[in-house]
Amino acid sequence: MQEYVLSVKVANHNGVLPRVGGLFSRRCFNIKSLNAAETEEPNISRLTIVVAGDLKILEQIKNQLMKLYDVYEVKILTDAVTREHILIRAGRNSEDRHKIIEIANLYRAKPVDVAENSIMLELTGEPQKIDAFLSLMKPFGIIKMVRSGITALERD
Amino acid sequence: MLLTGSDIIIECLLEQGADTVFGYPGGAVLNIYDSLYKYSDKIRHIITSHEQGACHAADGFARATGKTGVVIATSGPGATNLTTGLATAYMDSVPLVAITGNVSCNLLGLDSFQEVDITGVTIPITKHNFIIKHIDELADTIRLAFKIAGSGRKGPVLVDIPKDITAAVCEYSHADPSKPLIIPEMSKIKDIYNVNEDDLARAAELIEKCEKPYIYAGGGVISSGAEEELKKLAEVCDAPVSCSLMGQGAYDQTNRRYIGMLGMHGTVKAAAALNECDLFIGIGTRFSDRVIGDPAVFGRHAKIVHIDIDPAEFNKNVEAKVTVKGDVKAVLKKLLERVSQKKNPWTDELIGKDHGEPVQVGTDEFPVTPQAVIEKLDELTNGSAVIATEVGQNQMWAAQYYRFRNTRSFVSSGGLGTMGFGLGAAIGAKIGCPDKTVINVAGDGSFAMNLNELITAYAHNIPIIEMVINNKVLGMVRQWQRLFYNKHFSQTTLDNRHIDYVKLGESFGIQTFVIAKNEDIEPVLKKALEISKTAPVMIEVRIDRDINVLPMIPAGKPIVDPITSIEIEREG
Repeated sequence: MQEYVLSVKVANHNGVLPRVGGLFSRRCFNIKSLNAAETEEPNISRLTIVVAGDLKILEQIKNQLMKLYDVYEVKILTDAVTREHILIRAGRNSEDRHKIIEIANLYRAKPVDVAENSIMLELTGEPQKIDAFLSLMKPFGIIKMVRSGITALERD
Repeated sequence: MLLTGSDIIIECLLEQGADTVFGYPGGAVLNIYDSLYKYSDKIRHIITSHEQGACHAADGFARATGKTGVVIATSGPGATNLTTGLATAYMDSVPLVAITGNVSCNLLGLDSFQEVDITGVTIPITKHNFIIKHIDELADTIRLAFKIAGSGRKGPVLVDIPKDITAAVCEYSHADPSKPLIIPEMSKIKDIYNVNEDDLARAAELIEKCEKPYIYAGGGVISSGAEEELKKLAEVCDAPVSCSLMGQGAYDQTNRRYIGMLGMHGTVKAAAALNECDLFIGIGTRFSDRVIGDPAVFGRHAKIVHIDIDPAEFNKNVEAKVTVKGDVKAVLKKLLERVSQKKNPWTDELIGKDHGEPVQVGTDEFPVTPQAVIEKLDELTNGSAVIATEVGQNQMWAAQYYRFRNTRSFVSSGGLGTMGFGLGAAIGAKIGCPDKTVINVAGDGSFAMNLNELITAYAHNIPIIEMVINNKVLGMVRQWQRLFYNKHFSQTTLDNRHIDYVKLGESFGIQTFVIAKNEDIEPVLKKALEISKTAPVMIEVRIDRDINVLPMIPAGKPIVDPITSIEIEREG
């Protein structure tokens, strides 16, 4: 199944997320990630939703979303800057830490918290870059991790 | 002027022309009921036996009149009792505004007495909902609720109002509902009325080229008031016409072009038309699974043109060649400008051919058939009564055998299939249309679900006819058990129930008659129709338990060669 990125403008008030989330679950649409925050207009939030499906399902998702009163605009992004942010803590001993820092430098990941045996890094980049970085981190034992989900803005 | 929240609610209802509301009082709506008391010369409130009945009544009122129905319920259980009614209205795109009370704002979220998160509960079964946390939002929110309920693809909207809001005082000034509300989102709703000319041209071209067009009309034709345009289009295209269950009444069924319903319990002729046609024009319909059967072979030789107000219905259940988004009436008007008069030999051939529709037969013990009763009812009422139904065999028989002449004359839960819908809905329909004869065609199973509303019919003297077709089984489920479950009639035989309908009716103050023999049909119906001019009346129709709904296409199977007879073993 293909993945698509939707950029959805919604009203910025309580109870919009359950409406959108509920729509995806009750219509059996597959949601891979969802990011929500205020936009330049304080009364509007932007949801960046990554969905899996085919073009038919994508059309359905778009049309069903537009039926929600709080949804103002749904765009399927084809040419966009996509970014994801992660925080990750990894490492089992001080030796690991050094190797981790080496890899972090390659990826320009930033150490944000250092403990005796492990280290916490932050990294922002395209999802593919994040995935590649994570696969290199895996041998060191990922202790904790949080991904923001994809955020995206279309290019002009 | 300064008014309390509850007075503002009533003023806003009156602004919208809602002079009749259905509901049930309770703690959280005490203030609202106090205002109803004060405004009782301007607004009529019908108290039902149960909030569910009130919601179905508001729904029936809306379906029969085209106005937005209003229901009021208290917090907690009052609100949750509305859910089946809201889901029913939502599935059938019926405009409703439900007003629920809630606990005061300072008690919200604390598991307070009779508190329930009804906006959370009803997200999937309302078009939209609101909870009001500030008195200054109250008036505009109610106005907006009516706007949302009655625009685009219509539907129910719930407004949850905490008790302290109904007591608070705020400045109120009258607003004319015809004036647009100043809210940016409405542009989205208005967009529906712009019909894409390219889509129209492509639809018109397909109509121009086809030789075997078949028009299939759904409830959207009724919602948009496009009955005249539908009639004209059928003439211009020279096409046969079917109506969906929700579309019953959109087209005069005595017109020679009308070939019956399509789908699971559609006519043999309609199934033949579907398989022979080269153009299938679906108007204001959502291609329900009960209609399309197996989507892979639906209309196998046909190109599909789909006209609907809701683009989310396009290519959802069947793939359409051309889709035209817009209000059905507006689309058909424009389409009529583009198509010229056709003559299709196929149409006459199809209409003239005898496709062998099944006919019901009774037994020695139960000679009466639903077909005979409903056809007689059709004759005696000239097809112009409002027929409400419950759900199951009774519903299909009413749809199959009553020949609807007028729009908004069939009130039935199509999408959700709500047993217990009909009696409340009939009450609402009668209040909305006091000059029309209103009959609820029920089965004994559905009747037992919400018979409490007979009390309402008597108490408010709402002169409906409640017709209980009594086969002492849950007939539709029994029919499926016979066909697909080795005749394991699990929990569908109601022989252990004892109901004396005459005594039951009379104990509620409702005269009740029995049809047990064919000779009873006409005199009892005539008597009931006479009584129903002034008082509610009930009829029990005793029938055999194995009269099935035919024709039938099993679920998910192609709409080809419907079953027209089912062998029944007879004891002794």
